[in-house]
Amino acid sequence: MAHFEKAKNLNEWLDQRLAINTLKRVLNTEYWIPKDINFLWAMGMVLAATFGMLVLSGIFLLMYYKPDTNLAFDSVNYTIMSEVGYGWFWRHIHGVGASIVFLIIYIHMFTGIYYGSYKKGRELIWLSGMGLFVAFSAEAFSGYMLPWGQMSYWAGMVITNLFSGGSLELNGLVEWIRGDYVPGDAFLTRFFMLHVLLLPLVIIGLIVLHFGTLRIPHVNNQEGAEIDFKEAADLWKAGKKKESKVIPFSPVFLSKDIFVMGVYFILFFYLVFYNFNFAMDPVNFDPADGLKTPAHIYPEWYFLWSYEILRPFGKDAGLIAFAIAQLALFFLPFIDRSPNVAPAHKRGLFQVWFWVLIIDMIALTAMGKLPPTDPTFAFIGLVSAWTFLALGPILFIITMFEKKIEKGA
Amino acid sequence: MKENEKDRRDFMGMALGACAAVGGVGALYAAKRTWDPLPSVKAAGFTTIDLSGAQENVLNIEKWRGKPIFVLKKSADMKADERDIVIGSDRFHVSIGLCTHLGCIPAYEKDQHKFKCACHGGEFDASGHQIFGPPPSPLVIPPFKIDGTKLVLGESGPEYQKMLDAGITA
Ligand code: FES
Repeated sequence: MAHFEKAKNLNEWLDQRLAINTLKRVLNTEYWIPKDINFLWAMGMVLAATFGMLVLSGIFLLMYYKPDTNLAFDSVNYTIMSEVGYGWFWRHIHGVGASIVFLIIYIHMFTGIYYGSYKKGRELIWLSGMGLFVAFSAEAFSGYMLPWGQMSYWAGMVITNLFSGGSLELNGLVEWIRGDYVPGDAFLTRFFMLHVLLLPLVIIGLIVLHFGTLRIPHVNNQEGAEIDFKEAADLWKAGKKKESKVIPFSPVFLSKDIFVMGVYFILFFYLVFYNFNFAMDPVNFDPADGLKTPAHIYPEWYFLWSYEILRPFGKDAGLIAFAIAQLALFFLPFIDRSPNVAPAHKRGLFQVWFWVLIIDMIALTAMGKLPPTDPTFAFIGLVSAWTFLALGPILFIITMFEKKIEKGA
Repeated sequence: MKENEKDRRDFMGMALGACAAVGGVGALYAAKRTWDPLPSVKAAGFTTIDLSGAQENVLNIEKWRGKPIFVLKKSADMKADERDIVIGSDRFHVSIGLCTHLGCIPAYEKDQHKFKCACHGGEFDASGHQIFGPPPSPLVIPPFKIDGTKLVLGESGPEYQKMLDAGITA
């Protein structure tokens, strides 16, 4: 056994047994962050904090929620909302958090794209992040089922039908996923399990991995400059803080993170208290009815763009387009052939490409919300869907010819 | 002795690998079966519908295996179709009322004699053929058996078998 001395205080006692001083050094005080980053880089911690809020509020909701098709609707809309003291509070945090978390994820994602933070050396950061996006999507979908309202039921119906594989007619697979011919009790309880146990575990695992992938390549910076972290860190440690290009994560960078989080939580709780309705679909206040489809089915806003890519095509083509849309962003580090790790505004055509992507996704989102009946809007939807599908190959081509830019010029 | 020991450790490794493989496959199978529909769910799959009271061109929606079933008695001026279920002199359109695109329930438009799906704009005629939009195939006819003026859903009678063999329904 290792040699133990009598410890002078708790810190030392723990350090001898857990090496917490080393841990603190590696993860906090000597984890170096470039100075040159803006508030957009705080979105990671904002996401972590929002996830924390979701877990916490979820625990309280779990105490009264009943995963049973006969009881679920009332347990949410009556028991939790009117009977349980402050039940509404947890539900609004959970509902608002589930919606806002996607806004922040999208900002975080597009920050990464804008600054080229997915490039060589940082591929795993991007891939684990996309993994998180998928896990969060599954988490949001499974949670959406739980109040067992009309939108829950029909979203469950439509989304599980996606697994019938178009003309392949894999109805056996769909029934297997549901555990029934239609979404029913088996469906509700298994999605409940996914939502409260399996998927959160996956998410936590992926968050740890995502943080881990950052440790060696380090976070990117506004200029995409390559920093000699060892040299810069030595400068900082030698007291030459002005000359050094880096700062330690804790407490120096964290203070900025916390400031951004403070501003964010003001907005967050404003929504929770005064504007929670945007996160609650009115159709979901009707109990699930398998014999009546709501007049117009649409997903929550954060899925609209990919839903709209599915919609204008026939069943098979729609499924394929949808699958491509879901997976395309995963391949970004391998589609972008350019050696430049630089913000989009320094990369010529890439900048145009980036803003077309953003506008296209906004257009898809807007069209996805509208009923499918208006021909003009349907046409805009079709064009936007094709544009999205074309953007991948276009990126491949324009970045192939992109010349290396002079840094600092 | 050294060599010999290595062989023994290799053997342990292989034995462990084999056990893990067998156990893993077994566990996967058990997990798959756990997600299968329960026997009680499968067994409760029969419904009897009485067609004698049906009115012409009025859509009735019944329930079978949790799914809506369209029952539409055709009027004389509506086109006959190979998908019709004929009982005496009456013709019926009977189908699972879920759009073959992604499973919404289409609404029946009486005057136009067609079904319209609100989800992605699919349309079917009064015989269940897809005539517009993303649905890839006609509305599905559930397995049925004719019993006098009654229809037993979940059991396949000769009429249904004929349709199935002719490829009229999936
Ligand atoms: S579900 Fe009917 S058109 Fe898509």
